[in-house]
Amino acid sequence: MFFSQLGYYSLIFGLILSFVLIPIACKDLKIINNLISPNIFIIISLQLFTVLLSFISLIVSFINSDFSNETVYNNSHTTKPLFYKISGTWGNHEGSLLLCLLVLILFIFIFLLTSKKEPKKYQIFTLLFQQIIIVGFFLFLLIVSNPFNYLLPIPVEGLGLNPILQDPILAIHPPILYLGYIGSSIIFSSSLAAITQNYVDNKWAKNLKNWVIISWVFLTIGIMLGSIWAYYELGWGGFWFWDPVENISLMPWLCLTALIHSIIVLEKRSLLASWTLILSIASFTLSMCGTFLVRSGILNSVHTFANDPKRGIFILIFLFVLILGSLFIFFTLYKPKIEEQKNFLFSKETSILLNNWFMMYFLSVVLIGTVYPIFLEVIANEKISVGPPFYNKLLIPFLIPFLIFMTIGPNTKWIKDNFKLINLRLILLFIISIFLSYLILSKTGSRGLFTTVLIGSSLYLLFITVKDFFIKNQINLSQKISHFGFSLLILSIIINGIFSSEVITNIKVGEKYNFKHGSIYFEKINSFKEKNYMSVVGTFKIKDRNNKEIYLKPELRIFNQPIMITSEADIKTSFYSDKFLVMNLVKGNEFYNIRYQTKPFMIWIWLSTILLVIGGLVNFLNKERK
Amino acid sequence: MKKKTLLIIITIFVLFCFVVLLKGLSNSNTYVPDTKVGKQLLSFKAKKLFNNEEVISDELFFENKIYLLNIWASWCVPCRTEHPNLMQLSSNPSIRIIGLNYKDDLTNAKKFINQMGNPYSEIIIDKDGTISIDLGAYGIPETFIIDKNKKVLKKFVGPINDQSLKEIESLLK
Repeated sequence: MFFSQLGYYSLIFGLILSFVLIPIACKDLKIINNLISPNIFIIISLQLFTVLLSFISLIVSFINSDFSNETVYNNSHTTKPLFYKISGTWGNHEGSLLLCLLVLILFIFIFLLTSKKEPKKYQIFTLLFQQIIIVGFFLFLLIVSNPFNYLLPIPVEGLGLNPILQDPILAIHPPILYLGYIGSSIIFSSSLAAITQNYVDNKWAKNLKNWVIISWVFLTIGIMLGSIWAYYELGWGGFWFWDPVENISLMPWLCLTALIHSIIVLEKRSLLASWTLILSIASFTLSMCGTFLVRSGILNSVHTFANDPKRGIFILIFLFVLILGSLFIFFTLYKPKIEEQKNFLFSKETSILLNNWFMMYFLSVVLIGTVYPIFLEVIANEKISVGPPFYNKLLIPFLIPFLIFMTIGPNTKWIKDNFKLINLRLILLFIISIFLSYLILSKTGSRGLFTTVLIGSSLYLLFITVKDFFIKNQINLSQKISHFGFSLLILSIIINGIFSSEVITNIKVGEKYNFKHGSIYFEKINSFKEKNYMSVVGTFKIKDRNNKEIYLKPELRIFNQPIMITSEADIKTSFYSDKFLVMNLVKGNEFYNIRYQTKPFMIWIWLSTILLVIGGLVNFLNKERK
Repeated sequence: MKKKTLLIIITIFVLFCFVVLLKGLSNSNTYVPDTKVGKQLLSFKAKKLFNNEEVISDELFFENKIYLLNIWASWCVPCRTEHPNLMQLSSNPSIRIIGLNYKDDLTNAKKFINQMGNPYSEIIIDKDGTISIDLGAYGIPETFIIDKNKKVLKKFVGPINDQSLKEIESLLK
């Protein structure tokens, strides 16, 4: 009870500090010197402290299972292991927002510490824009999502955390994703500040690039962790489902990816300033859009939190105030000061511009696929759901030119390149790739011109990116690693998509099921009592086409609070493929429904994403060292 | 000039999106997996709360009436909010309400009934929660509407509110 009160009042105190800070910062704008007032630092540190205190209070309430706190009551349970009690703090709507607020303040604090060499007014304006967002989050928390609501009489037991969420990966997935989302708020605020100060130039780009890379790295890791969780825990045997909430994390990612490329052009060549600004604004607005779509309950998905229409209206108004405000600032205050320089057809600038257009195309497809059902329901009162076929049809054909283009772009030079269209060696390499792809496909019995070209072009990109490592200059090491990671990622996803196979059947203990390339034998079933669930483990012997035997032991977990059954897949991972088995109960029956899948190159999808992240980190660390 | 027109067009578009999303909010619906709806109620054995007597479910649902099977506990806060609605329903002669007390301290459960009133024609206890699992419940409070042939007509997840009251009344016609 004490900690709930402490948390609540320090949150209110934090909000008051914002109202103290804003006039002081405005006053400081008029004082002519190079350093921002130390009072601003004191207040922002104090604000950081109050919100941190509030967050820690919530964690303590969770650890103590203090059910007089409504958030704890709704999301925790005494039998839950300590680790999940703690992660339960941010596994719910209220707690996660409090974490977001904490990160918002932490980031502006770090920004102020690391940007002391920047113009003073630019720093203060960034702080002011960030404070507007911070006040919005404070109000949202205190008015409609208070994490410290009281319950009387005090319940003796909590309602438990969703058992699906009791997973170590998922415990760290949300905070990392939030770091990515919220990181883009600094990009947003500082872009608006740069517009007001007419500071959109290469110096600004250099300063902001770090933030773009940080957000991008966190967002990439966050998305990857989410996919890994979906693959291991949800028991659907895939890693990406085009679920609306997955799409929502993909949209800012595409935006940030385009932004990383644009900001390099702005830094090196003082071009693409408008692109950089629009992408900066869009990254954060798309992140906020995500918050709206998830938290308002307007969409149905695995991620839907308990919804309350009041919350939806609040975020919606806040989101549109941000969008309209930033549009207004962009259109009225932005004066492009850089004269358009002459562009050449073959130059790095042009290829990055093209890359941006590709990213924007992918982004619009995902955006339309995600929000179209909402619009259609409101306008035509018709319910539809947009699934993988839509995305596959619209995205895959454009992957081929994108992949081929990606082999050319990075090797062009700034300003002008005497790029030879007919380079025999490259053409030969392309033909070899297509031929290899044809061989692979014909060996496995699946053919088709389109898939041959698709696999061929991703192989080609892989070869080119590998070849680039052997070129002597190592200036662009980070780019090489990232591009290699990306080519590996695309190749693994395509091969995984084309060559995955699946067997679904109902089977009982002692029975054997034969399929095209082998057999499944259901040996036995055991059950164990665990701390907060009952575990049922099946043992299956699987023979593949080479008569190699493996044992897989999928599990069912029957949780008691709330009552819920989850399936834990058993997965045997190797370098070439994953063998995946999941079982489900057939109610009132001795049969179990099993799904056996072989998924080639699964591990490479995770490894290549890690490479992408390493690429980003190398860039960041290199700069820090310099 | 060109900039201004662009700004106006974009603003109009953004406002249009705002209105659509605002309307979409009022349409929002939560997803309820209705695993058991439309199926025959499973039979089960349980003990009665007040006299600890064992009873099988067929003995509970024997009258030619609509039954409500309500899963509740004294520690459950939403159960408190729905209780007055259950009291109101219990005054309807064509309904019988069976209470399934979920993982509760029995003294607290009795105290709860004494304080708040008893809408139930019978209360049975589910000490370890297994009956509720078999019924396909996944949280409390939860209420199953069971017809004369012991078929589950509908299930309400969460407390019975005014909306669900209306629905139940329409089922009685």
